Order: sequence, then C-alpha cells, then structure tokens
Amino acid sequence: MSEFLTDLQHYSFLQNALLTGVLASVACGIIGTYVIVRRISYIADGIAHTVLGGMGAALYLNRVCHWQGLVPLHGALVAAIIAAVIIGLVSLRAKQREDTVISALWAVGMATGIMFISQTPGYNEDLMGYLFGNILMVSTRDLWMLGGLDAVIVVAGLLFYNQFLAVCFDQEFAVLRGLRVEVFYLLLLGLAALTVVLLSTVVGIVMVVAMLTLPIGIAALFSRSLWGMMIVSTILCAVFTTSGLAISYGPDYPAGATTIILAGAAYLVCITLKWAFGRFRN
Amino acid sequence: MAHLTNPLAIYMEDLWFSYGSNPVLEDVNIAIPQGDFVSVVGPNGGGKTTLLKLMLGLLKPSRGLTRVLGEIPEKARIRIGYMPQHSQLDPEFPATVMDVALMGRLGHGGFLGRYSKEDKEIAISSIELVGLQDFRKKPFSAISGGQRQRLFIARALACEPEILLLDEPTANLDVVMEGDLYDLLQTLNQRLTIIMVSHDLGFVSSIVKSVICVKRKVLSHPTSEITGKIINDIYGSPMRIIRHNGERNCTCQNS
Repeated sequence: MSEFLTDLQHYSFLQNALLTGVLASVACGIIGTYVIVRRISYIADGIAHTVLGGMGAALYLNRVCHWQGLVPLHGALVAAIIAAVIIGLVSLRAKQREDTVISALWAVGMATGIMFISQTPGYNEDLMGYLFGNILMVSTRDLWMLGGLDAVIVVAGLLFYNQFLAVCFDQEFAVLRGLRVEVFYLLLLGLAALTVVLLSTVVGIVMVVAMLTLPIGIAALFSRSLWGMMIVSTILCAVFTTSGLAISYGPDYPAGATTIILAGAAYLVCITLKWAFGRFRN
Repeated sequence: MAHLTNPLAIYMEDLWFSYGSNPVLEDVNIAIPQGDFVSVVGPNGGGKTTLLKLMLGLLKPSRGLTRVLGEIPEKARIRIGYMPQHSQLDPEFPATVMDVALMGRLGHGGFLGRYSKEDKEIAISSIELVGLQDFRKKPFSAISGGQRQRLFIARALACEPEILLLDEPTANLDVVMEGDLYDLLQTLNQRLTIIMVSHDLGFVSSIVKSVICVKRKVLSHPTSEITGKIINDIYGSPMRIIRHNGERNCTCQNS
C-alpha cells in the first residue's frame, strides 16, 4: 500500500488511473441509479456485451484491412447504437420478448467480437483487455473523453431529474400527466449506451457492468431519495475503484478484477447485514 | 347542445373493447354528469379497470366513442386525477412521500419540469388531506400499504383535477381509515366528480349517488334502485345483502 502511495506521486499513469476511477464513478453513479430504479440493468448489460462485437470488428478492419483511423471506440459506438435501438423498440412495442432479444444480442455480439479478434493478428490478450480493460493504460485523451461524458450526464441528469424520476417510478401516471414518456425512456437508454461505450473502451466491459450494478445495489439498500442514491453510488464507486487500484498495485493483481471482487464482497456483506438487522428487529 | 356549455364528465357511446380476440366490454353506453359520485362495481376480470383506462385514453376501444368533459380522453386526461389499483410499483423505490405527491404537479407548465413554490404547497396540502402530514419526509419504502394507497390518492388530488378516478381506493385500508376516506370523498364531491372502482358494495348506498355495474356489459343505476336482483345479475352467484343499522356498513356476501 505504501508503495502505491509513493509511486502515485511519481507516475502519471497511476494518477491517470486514479482520476479515471473517479470520473467513471460520476457517470456510473448517476446513470447506474436511473438504470437500476427503472429496472433495466439487464439492458445496460446487454448493450455492454454487444459492444464487444463492434470493437472486435473495428480492430479487425484496422489491422487486416488497414482502415486507418478506425479504433475500437468507433466499433463500440456503432454496435451500442444498433443494440440500443433494437432493444428500445422491442421493449416499447413488444414487452414480453424483451429478455429473449437481449440475450440473443448479448451472445451474438460477444461471439462476433471473439471471432474477429481470433482472426486478427497480434496479441490475443486483447480480448481480456476488452473484457476487463486496463485502467493503468488510460491516456490523457481518454480522461478528457470521460470528463465530457460526465458533463453530458450531469447536465441531462439534473435538467430532467423530475421527469426521469416520474418515468422511472410510474410510467403510466407520467403519460397521464402529459409527459413524453417514450422520449425520456429512449433518452435514458441513449445515455446508458453512451456511458457503456465510453467506459467499456477505458475500463472494460465487465468493469462497466460491475460499476453500473454493485455500488448502486449497495446504495439502494440505504437510500431514501433518488438524488441521495446517486451521491452515495458515486462515492461508493470511487471508493471501490480507488481501493481496488491500491490493493492490486503491490502484488500486481489485475486492477479491474480486484475492484470487482471488492465491490462484490461489499455488496454481499451489506445485503447480509440488512437481512440480519431486519430479522433482528422482528 | 346544452352539453357544450356544461359537458358531461364522462360520455361513452356504443363502446366495445377486446384484448386480442377476448371481448372485455360490449356495447357500453354511459353518461356521467359533472358532480356525480359513481361507484363502479363488478366481479374480478369483469372489466372495471379496463373501463377506467378507456376513460383515460390509456387503452383504445375497438369501436365507439368516449368523451371526457366534452373532449377526447388524450386531451382531457390532464384534468383527471387518477389513482391506479394497488399497484405493481416497486415498493423499494427511493423516493419520499413528498416526491410522489409532487408527481401530481407534472404537466402544469413550469420550465423543464421544475416544481414551483405553489406546486409544493399544493402537494403538501394534498398530503394533509389524506392525513399523511407526519410522513412527508419518510421514504416510500417505509410506509405501509394503506399509507401508500392514501399517498396515491394525494398524488391524484395534487393534479387539482375536475374528475377523480380511483381504482379500488379501499383495498388496503382498515375500517377506521375506510370511514375517514369516505368522509374525505364526500367533502371532495362537493366540488369534483368522483368515479371509484370498488370490489365490495359495502358503503355504496350511503354516499355514492349512482352505481355502474360492469360484467362485460355495463349498466348504470341510481343507488336507490340497487336490489338483490341486480347484484345477483352482476356477480352471477346468489348474494345476500346484509343491512346493518345506519346502512353505512351494509355489505354483500356470497350466501
């Protein structure tokens, strides 16, 4: 741990990693809260995994077909838009088939990604990179991108707070009050997709899924209001990424996996404690 | 033509509705004047909630006409306060009692959905009307089923509606709260139309002005006409009316 603290003062890659965790926490805390209370976390997960197909295709086209300038981010963006549009339309029009469609996109997206990556010359550890990311290799450009994402999400999240709250709580009632519910639902899905895309290229797909679920799941156990849940989620997210980084640094564990296991363990402990207290009180 | 100056609260003509090939409502013809207090009764699955949702324009009839306060439901529904049936909403949702009541103020203008000071005052007085003033800052997850029900009535009142549509408002209330609710509704009825789905005919005669019976077909009666014969027709099984002193607690049971 002391090694982490001394190195943090000297190495910019470590400072970038720390900052990445904090910036990602803001986006995950806000979007994750909306996603969880609207009960569409499986949609975010579905989009996240479909993204691998796009990233693999972009990598293949770049390396094998020499499409210069095409980076995995572009592929991720295209795949996420396709996935979000398909899922969004299906969930608004034909509710009962939603989960099947998401599972299909999830599986086919990942398979496509793996297929492309296997046919791409170069290091095969790329696949692990896409799944778990490498928070220690974040560039300054990535940081600016994350900062921009945070700005978009904070502005949209604050501006439409009351509408999002109403749509997430009781969609039917929101319709009756004259709210354009479909617009806000698709906006929410779009923001979730954007978060997933940008974060998955920086910290990895599995890390995004974990950060959109675990800290928010803990915050949900103790939150009395939506904005309170956002703040607690953001703080927890930042605590987990930072401590994950610190713990993994010395023994050279993978940082992403350490963070996820840490957050997962905390989630388990909190759920158990809440259950135990509930029983104790009765 | 007199309807133009003072239109009916609800008018339905030759209305049919089916889910797929399942007919739910047939040949509905009703006219509810403003200021009425209507109880909608009928067996489970008889189409009571469907009828309410047709009034709100949440469902589209396969044919027929609906007018709410002289307008199509989609236009008029902003003037309706709706309390859904004890609901499928997430009981763990992180929102306070005040947050939920404020949702009734959505759609009353206001830039980007911000709530004004007036909105907050209206929400607070609605919460007081249903007797939840001590719970205003409590989380939604921490209040009881009956309190939630009253909160949804408060949310409907916060809409400042001209018509109040309540879907089984008494489902989770104990006898005392039920009595309080009827007193409140009776007071509110002095200034607005109330249409309420009820699973029991219990209080019908004492405060309700007319009854709509829904069992695929829809029949309206003034309360005074309700007899055992009609009740038997609605529920399809022999029913017994038990009248207690004061009639307030008159109930129907399967015999």
